[in-house]
Amino acid sequence: MSDQSYVRTEMLGEKPPPSSQVGVVKWVMENLFSSIPNAIMTIVSVWVVYYILSGILPWAFQSSWNATSLHGCRAYIAETYGEGVEGACWSVINERWKQLLFGFYPKELYWRPVVTLALMFVAISPVLFTSVPRKVMLFSVIYPFLAFWLLWGGSIWLPIVAFLGLVIAYLAIVYLPALVGSLGATIGAGVLPILFWIVIAGPIIDGLNGIAPIGIEGVDSDQMGGFMISIIIGVSGIALSLPIGILLALGRQSPLFIVKTICVGFIEFIRGVPLITLLFVASVLLNYFLPPGTNFDLILRVIIMVTFFAAAYMAEVIRGGLAALPKGQYEAADALGLDYWKATRLIIMPQALKISIPNIVSNFIGLFKDTTLVSIIGLLDPMGLARAIPADQNWNGIVWEIYVFIALLFWIFTFSMSRYSMYLERKLATGH
Amino acid sequence: MKKTVLFGAIAAVGLTAGMASAGTLDDVKAKGELACGVSTGSPGFSFPDADGRWQGFDVGYCRALAGAVLGSGDAIKFVPLSSKTRFAALGSGEIDVLSRNTTWTFSRDVDLKQTFVGVDYYDGQGFMVKTDLGVESVLDMDGATICIQTGTTTELNLADYFRTNGMTYEPVPIEGNAEAQQQYLAGACDSYTTDRSALAGTRMSFENPDDHMLLPEIISKEPLGPLVRHGDDNWADIARWTLNALITAEELGITQANVLEMAKGTDNPEINRMLGSEGSLAAMLGLESDWAVNAILAGGNYGEIFSNNIGENSPIGLSRGVNALWTDGGLIYSPPFR
Repeated sequence: MSDQSYVRTEMLGEKPPPSSQVGVVKWVMENLFSSIPNAIMTIVSVWVVYYILSGILPWAFQSSWNATSLHGCRAYIAETYGEGVEGACWSVINERWKQLLFGFYPKELYWRPVVTLALMFVAISPVLFTSVPRKVMLFSVIYPFLAFWLLWGGSIWLPIVAFLGLVIAYLAIVYLPALVGSLGATIGAGVLPILFWIVIAGPIIDGLNGIAPIGIEGVDSDQMGGFMISIIIGVSGIALSLPIGILLALGRQSPLFIVKTICVGFIEFIRGVPLITLLFVASVLLNYFLPPGTNFDLILRVIIMVTFFAAAYMAEVIRGGLAALPKGQYEAADALGLDYWKATRLIIMPQALKISIPNIVSNFIGLFKDTTLVSIIGLLDPMGLARAIPADQNWNGIVWEIYVFIALLFWIFTFSMSRYSMYLERKLATGH
Repeated sequence: MKKTVLFGAIAAVGLTAGMASAGTLDDVKAKGELACGVSTGSPGFSFPDADGRWQGFDVGYCRALAGAVLGSGDAIKFVPLSSKTRFAALGSGEIDVLSRNTTWTFSRDVDLKQTFVGVDYYDGQGFMVKTDLGVESVLDMDGATICIQTGTTTELNLADYFRTNGMTYEPVPIEGNAEAQQQYLAGACDSYTTDRSALAGTRMSFENPDDHMLLPEIISKEPLGPLVRHGDDNWADIARWTLNALITAEELGITQANVLEMAKGTDNPEINRMLGSEGSLAAMLGLESDWAVNAILAGGNYGEIFSNNIGENSPIGLSRGVNALWTDGGLIYSPPFR
């Protein structure tokens, strides 16, 4: 046996890494002070953040929550935090937050919009998350009618009979092809429900109301306002504009001349007109054209205009997705022997929509924020109320507090939309 | 052929539109509520309170009219309108009366086919300055910077006034009252000009109202009043005489508190005629005999509406000034009920 005493027989214990390579110090050195310009940037940024926060935080927290007027706020802040301190008057939010959320909706009925909103999340869950059972989809179909009934109230038969129209369209698609062929069935599915709604629905509703007048207290459109109106208009616009946009985008690429012309004309006309103009048309001009006495709800008119506007933009976004698909995908679909609708549904659209997700969502976010434009035509959405509330002499002079509150609410919604779209992109990522 | 159909349809719609606007009174009675156009927010004149109930001077007139026509000041639907949509809403029949601090001008009355039924507030353009600026009169303000709302008559009045007096000024254009307050307080301009009623309300909302003052000059006439569509004289009469009833009520000492008592009959024949215990004035208007009683019950007489919303009983605290009754040296005057 040779002497091997110069060889260690046991391993050395692990030494901790040098202090500059671990933990906070390492992170700071790498991310904040890696070079001299970087260090300067860091210091300047820290100073800017401090400067801004040192202005905002005392204002936000040295505030009054329970005064009944702006003067009361000032008196309270001067008494509590000393003379000359400028603090936020959150009392206005404390007094008016219900108004900013629900408008003039009757107080004892607040549960109805709240339930509607909660059910909305149930209704959109199967669309958003594939893990939700597909049967919930059935609820999503019923939801719009249920939401209408909950928000506006009135007789229960109106939404039920309106829903029957959809059932008729569905039956036409399933059973008519055997009788009149697929084109006839498609036309039938479009025409029959409209005939039903216009001709038969009215008498049926009257009849049912006569037999069994079931209903809840009605709420007029002019009692709605605040954030509720933004959500109603925004969500309806979003939900309707996507399918209409898809159809328009497909129509624009159609080889059928009339379909193509109509789609191009619609898209180019609506995109060429500012949303404000469309809203003015909805609020003012339509009244001149419609027969007098027709009570065509202002919110409904606005929803229609906003939907048109969003659909035209959506069509172009989706056209971008369609254009980005390699031609081989179309040819492969044809080679498999799929007809147009099957190819579109199974091969083209899933890919085109996936490509378009960031743009679609950013369109949704834009649309949601555009709903504040309705304050110009006199609807009291949050921005409209931001002007109406300071007209109360108690709150005359309040500016920032209301806008901060509104901004926060909008941010919550738009930020969740943006997060969801990132989740969806990750989930659908099939690239290599 | 197609064109004929189209024109036919348009003509039909036009005809029915003409027919429907023939009797606003009947329409309102059929609906059971009065559609009244008000501002989306104007301090003291119209605003929703914490319970969502509309308040203010303009709103007060609407409630009185609803009381006169329908018997209750709450049989009313308020349609908040921006300055851009107000006339179209009236023209299209969406509202029955517009009471939205609107200045009575020639072109609005004649060209826009509207009927102003009277003046319920004589406003005028004024100036607010900081006290320590040391200015006593607008004439001292040659070369001053002035905050002014764009696209309003006040902008034109200002230009006219300074040109007439051979002075110059530098305008700081702003969008609305809230922004104007911020700009003025931040020192972006020496003076803020708009209607004096708005200036008074704005001044009272400041932290130290005494540091600011209104200059004595009033450089324009802004008679504000309710208006209705051209072409329905009966409805215009109702709107006009409801306003006159409120004014006469103040003149004769009829208040919200004592109107029911007085309606039973008094020694003054004019009160009796107006409140319906004598004569048949109501029938001439096509209203119930207690129309004026209900109008006054809705919010009090002219003086009460004034003081509760913009006068001494309100946080704005405007003095009556030229809006006092003619018997007190003001301009508020009603033709007699006879």
